[in-house]
Amino acid sequence: MEVKLSVRRYDPESTNTVPHFQEYQLEMDEAATVLDALIQIREDVDGTLSLRCSCRSAICGSCAMRVNGEAGLACNTKVIDALPSDGTAIVIEPAGNLPVIKDLVVDFQPFWDQVKSIEPWLQPAGEEPEGEYLAPDEDMLHLAGVVSCILCGACVSDCTVLEVDSNFLGPAALAKAYRFVGDPRDDADGKRLKALNEEGGVWDCTRCMKCVEVCPKGVAPMDRIMSLREKVMDAGHTNTNGARHATAFVDSVRHSGWLDELKLPIKSFGIFNLKAMISLIPLAIRSQRAGKVPPLIHKNIPEVENVRRIFDKVENKK
Amino acid sequence: MYDHDVLIIGAGLAGMRAALAATEAGVNVAVVSKVHPVRSHSNAAQGGINAALTDRGDDWRDHAYDTIKGSDFLGDQDAIEIMCREAGDEVIAMEHMGAIFNRDEEGRLGTRNFGGQRQARTFFVADFTGQALLHVLYEQIVKAGALVYEEWFVLSLIERDGECGGVVMMDIRTGKIEVVRAKAVIMAAGGLGRVFEPSTNAMICTGDGMSLAYKAGASLMDMEMVQYHPTTLKGSGVLISEAARGEGAYLLNSENDRFMLKYAPEFKELASRDVVSRCEQTEINEGRGIDGCVLLDVRHLGEKYISERLSQIRELAMDFANVDMAKEPVPIMPGMHYQMGGVKANVDGETGVPGLYAAGEVACVSVHGGNRLGANSLLDTLVFGRRSGVHAAERAKNTSHLSIDDSAAKPDRENIERLLLNDKNESFGKIRFDMGTAMKEHFGVFRENSSMAEGISKLSLIKERAQSVYVADKTNTFNTNLLFTLELGFMIECAETIASSAFDRTESRGAHTRTDMPDRDDENWLKHIVVSDKDGKPNISYQDVVITDWTPTVRQY
Repeated sequence: MEVKLSVRRYDPESTNTVPHFQEYQLEMDEAATVLDALIQIREDVDGTLSLRCSCRSAICGSCAMRVNGEAGLACNTKVIDALPSDGTAIVIEPAGNLPVIKDLVVDFQPFWDQVKSIEPWLQPAGEEPEGEYLAPDEDMLHLAGVVSCILCGACVSDCTVLEVDSNFLGPAALAKAYRFVGDPRDDADGKRLKALNEEGGVWDCTRCMKCVEVCPKGVAPMDRIMSLREKVMDAGHTNTNGARHATAFVDSVRHSGWLDELKLPIKSFGIFNLKAMISLIPLAIRSQRAGKVPPLIHKNIPEVENVRRIFDKVENKK
Repeated sequence: MYDHDVLIIGAGLAGMRAALAATEAGVNVAVVSKVHPVRSHSNAAQGGINAALTDRGDDWRDHAYDTIKGSDFLGDQDAIEIMCREAGDEVIAMEHMGAIFNRDEEGRLGTRNFGGQRQARTFFVADFTGQALLHVLYEQIVKAGALVYEEWFVLSLIERDGECGGVVMMDIRTGKIEVVRAKAVIMAAGGLGRVFEPSTNAMICTGDGMSLAYKAGASLMDMEMVQYHPTTLKGSGVLISEAARGEGAYLLNSENDRFMLKYAPEFKELASRDVVSRCEQTEINEGRGIDGCVLLDVRHLGEKYISERLSQIRELAMDFANVDMAKEPVPIMPGMHYQMGGVKANVDGETGVPGLYAAGEVACVSVHGGNRLGANSLLDTLVFGRRSGVHAAERAKNTSHLSIDDSAAKPDRENIERLLLNDKNESFGKIRFDMGTAMKEHFGVFRENSSMAEGISKLSLIKERAQSVYVADKTNTFNTNLLFTLELGFMIECAETIASSAFDRTESRGAHTRTDMPDRDDENWLKHIVVSDKDGKPNISYQDVVITDWTPTVRQY
């Protein structure tokens, strides 16, 4: 099978340090992966191509990169699935949101710094038992879904928040944080949740789902972040924009059956937060012009009591 | 130039366990690794870690005997006793550090069956135990604040008057070459799988540690003992954990026969790895294979059980062989997996070279002898990693640095310059492939005198060609092209020692099976083959196997 690859090249030592795309044409087996193709380039066509790769079986996390604009592991992405139907080349780029060192190799330092910042080690209370800590198997099985994170950075590469805010802890570090908060043996929840409630923590996620989509191991970082939000609020940290936003959201829907978009920012930021209120004025004007201002009088939907019954049912279940 | 008390080469389980132990002993520790710690190949261990916990009705002596029998009586029994006795403490220590482990109904650590053992004593985290443990040790390294030279490549060990006093290493990111002095160096650089093609091993498993130690004067032992894993995926050669058979999978031939019933009536699919691989290869060679494979069938375990306990391998089979194991059997074949041999070391990690220690797959203690039991490799890395760390720290407290300066890097600088200036045209990829396929053909599951001789002459041609490798990338930044060329040199050296050791052993034992000499010969061969470098050629000597309580008997499964 004939395959075209367009690979983003960058050599910091070259006189031409502008990244550019280089096209390669290869003859590949139907079962070949994108990594097989890149290795073939490196071994038979162009030895100057740099990339990280090692295990070839989706466990070491070395070969996260963007294939056709989306992050994933080159080793478990099949060429045949990545081939564009219009006959153009498969586009290979380095992972996003991290500085490029050379070709497909990015600098992971910011990534490791994020992971390290959540104190990623078990912090149990008191004396160690002589044998193992007793812990329910289902709790451990649940954690296995997060422990299986291989820290490949695919989620960080495509995180839409990190694209604009490098202060955000990012999906991988937050999933790792969840792994400890959710561990019955860990006793540092109070400290951990307080830190996660800070700026750059759980409330900065915009729930775009991108990390869930690109994760090659089914870790679903965003779902972990949402669980952390609940735990943060359950721990009594309700005095943040994020927590107030969540509460306002629920209150509004429970009360009227739908979202009161006018009240939402006021409740989230607090009516006396003048700075935030003023900063919303341009948005309000733009919304006005676009005809998107919600009605000033927020009416209940018909049969709103049915909505309230749903809330009651969900809350009783908890 | 940098100075450290203890420098550890490799950041897999053995290296990081050693680093923790040495840090706890209160000395200055640094780890150097050519990849970030969590990218290490310990990741790939799937099935679990063995330990005989007395409160679960098990006995370390039973574990020791299973290991000794598994080794085809080539393992040193004093070392095996230590490993099995300390196993429980290591598993519990990992649990305390944060490893989750699957549990039983009371919330205690649960076990599964594994090959060659009469007891279920394999502790596990689904089917990614190695990755789970590796990440936990990394967490502990971060907590301890140990210094890691991430993505530095070790070029050579510095040896002065028979002692090891440090290393020369290169920062992969910048190409900068540095001398590091250390009062003790622990080699924990892993295995050499890439010497064979195909192999389940990661692309970083290029025998660096064995070759570096060998060139610095250390001996290699049991190098002829190369493990073929019974279940690797057709085509890609990706590993399918022994856990599948531990959980009850069947092996079937083209006639839908569970052929292991015939070869190993007691242990069946869970006979030791060398035995199962030979049986599969025999079925295939005798025409009862399917396209060079046999079938692994887990369907009877049910979808729920498979997705809970074997989720990763199910995914691997889908991704790499397009087969859903819950719905159909998956074609598998024996594949090169592990090197039982390595740098000869004692139970404290000491090699013959003062100042140089070795632990993990790179080392040969020898606890695996002729064949390693599944789930004993993780155990080996932790027990002997910790012991090496403790003893290296002890040495560091009582010695001073050797007088070494920057000029120690001169030979490596010159070698790299020479490689970059080479205008010949051999490709490292092609040479490695040719070497790997030659090793598979002549030193694979079945071996024979004339075939091995042919293999040895192929290797000398390959060594010749390696002189003419062209390094296309001339830059200093992340020059992987240069690294592969250096690794190729390491691999060829390892291949030579495997070949000469295998050729020398005129019997069949463990993974070393000769069709022309099919019997084990305890009278002449209850001994290790030890190889050392003599003027650039492998020089063979012997060492008796240590027998404590268990006399060699006929090995049946």
